[in-house]
Amino acid sequence: MNNVFFLILRRMRGPLLLLSVVYVIATFGLTLIPGVDDHGDPWRMDFFHAFYFISFMGTTTGFGEIPYAFTDGQRMWALIFIYITVATWIYTIGALISLLSSDLLKNALTIYQVDRQVRQIREPFTLICGYGDSGSKLVSAMRHRMMRTTVVEIRQERIDALMLDDTDINVPGLCGDASVPDNLMLAGITHPSCRFIVALTNDNAVNLHIAITAKVMNPKVRVICRADSHEIEANMASFGTDYIIDPFDSFARDLGLATYAPYQFLLSLWLHSEPGDELNDAQIVPEGRWIVCGFGRFGQAIHEEMVSHGLSVQVIEPDATRANLPADTIIGDGTGEEKLTLAGVQQAVGVIAGTDDDSNNLSIIVTAKDLNPDLFVIVRQNEHANRALFRASPADVAMEPSGVIARKIRTILTNHTIDEFLSLARARDDQWARALTLRIRDLGHEMMPETWEVFVDEKNAPALVDTLRRGEELRIGHLMQDYTDREHTLPVIALFHANDSGAFCLPPIHTLLKEGDKLLFLGDGFAQWKMKWSLQNESALEYILTGEATPQTLVGKWLAARLG
Amino acid sequence: MNLEKVIFAFTIILALTVNFGFFIGEIDNPAHHHVYELYAAIFVNAVATILKFGDRSHIGAVLLATSLVAVIQLVTAAGVWGYAVHVAEIGLTSTVMASIVSLSGGAVVANTVSVALLTVEIVLLRR
Repeated sequence: MNNVFFLILRRMRGPLLLLSVVYVIATFGLTLIPGVDDHGDPWRMDFFHAFYFISFMGTTTGFGEIPYAFTDGQRMWALIFIYITVATWIYTIGALISLLSSDLLKNALTIYQVDRQVRQIREPFTLICGYGDSGSKLVSAMRHRMMRTTVVEIRQERIDALMLDDTDINVPGLCGDASVPDNLMLAGITHPSCRFIVALTNDNAVNLHIAITAKVMNPKVRVICRADSHEIEANMASFGTDYIIDPFDSFARDLGLATYAPYQFLLSLWLHSEPGDELNDAQIVPEGRWIVCGFGRFGQAIHEEMVSHGLSVQVIEPDATRANLPADTIIGDGTGEEKLTLAGVQQAVGVIAGTDDDSNNLSIIVTAKDLNPDLFVIVRQNEHANRALFRASPADVAMEPSGVIARKIRTILTNHTIDEFLSLARARDDQWARALTLRIRDLGHEMMPETWEVFVDEKNAPALVDTLRRGEELRIGHLMQDYTDREHTLPVIALFHANDSGAFCLPPIHTLLKEGDKLLFLGDGFAQWKMKWSLQNESALEYILTGEATPQTLVGKWLAARLG
Repeated sequence: MNLEKVIFAFTIILALTVNFGFFIGEIDNPAHHHVYELYAAIFVNAVATILKFGDRSHIGAVLLATSLVAVIQLVTAAGVWGYAVHVAEIGLTSTVMASIVSLSGGAVVANTVSVALLTVEIVLLRR
């Protein structure tokens, strides 16, 4: 606030000085000019009346000559100063208004506001650099889960969009360059409650800079970075960036997974989606000959992954000078029939349109589908705004980098146990995954249910910990019982259980719990709410264990002891 | 030479001298204390205050504070004068004059502190 206050004072110095000079001269003059009183005797206005008259003259241009009618000399003086005082007032007010609407003051005000809001945060929060497509998806997902975030974004219109989206959870948004450490400081990089920093700007170098700044200024904070090239990734990894997300590599890996284990892929896709999202069906990526149009970062990542799975891939790329091109590459434009036919589109099982131009990609898939309607089509969508266009297109899979990034990072930030579960689940075969997806589909009625973690510790499950410390046995099945009717089991699936002896997928319900265990459940929101209740409420847990409701109050306990 | 410094030093010292001119004389004798001098003292002190607006240095802030004290003292003195003469209509009795002059005396002290601070600043700068 100090900044803003001093700025106003400094800028108003000139107008205020002018105003006082004008008032002093006008008042002084009135006291010197001879006048007459109501009896016609000579009279001089004193300072009291002179200042009173000038004050109302300056603001209202006068409404009467007081205390006696003026002489012509006094009138002439008043006439001159009516104009001068009015002009000075207009100048002063104009200066104040232009100051209030100046960008300088607005910036000082927003910086002050962001600084104050960030310093008031008491709960753990995430600093997100870049409020583009993936940034805004992340922020809204975090809001939905009542988790705090702060944002640094270089474009003012994106900050405006953030402010318009504002709901009950306040997200401080700073308009500024995230590669400037001062801006990151304002957004809370050194704040003791800052847990994660997410670098999602469009510029690889800026993301790198954010990662190194974070590691230097606050080594406790964990850094999640978007990176589009392998050199940058290696650089980020060299100083310990915790999570590096490459949208093209991760999509290529998913695609590879989808070709040899479609249900594993489906499981991962579902668990990475938002609760309430539609549960889509498994898509069987056919094996055979594939055509990849465009050999940029996306094309290369896909090519590498498919070749490693033993698929035969034909590349079409207009730029013959591009590095690492396979020997049999067809140089040309994939949007035309000629090159697609040359690449063997009639015999191919699928085509991947992976250029960095959305119109070209659409053109490729439409032409290819015309030539061979049975093709499996994967398309790279570059602009988030074209989403509807790609949905309506004949593509089987549309890959949108910002969506891939947002899904991955959301899981890291909100429920990292999902990734632990998935990496364990990879070891099982696809039939196992298929059985699990069927259970999830049954449970969710075609919509993605909630997933939640349970930590067996004092903060998150006090009732559980107390019971365990008394030496009583608790099993996973107990958590899945309904505390309103213990004969009834909550519609949830225990996905994962980790304790000091290891981590397990789909733990059996008779597994014993210990303090410090971590679990992952899947089920509807109501079941989640009920389970959390019995984690925290001792009498609810007591009822689940014994079937009896124990008295809670001192009087109740005393009565129970006397009567029982 | 810094023109801003010249103007400011001039105003601060003028505020003290004009105010002292009004203050000096028998405390309860209206003939020794002219209204125009009080008027000029208020104006010069107001200018000295406005000149320090937006100065973020520590000494600037203290100078702003002392000028504000002087202005408040002098405006109160003028208010007592106006009230006695025009509202209560008791005229400039020796009691009224004594309170007006003692109020301006307080302002003289504040002005003296300003000048002292100014001198300290100059001595510290040694340029």
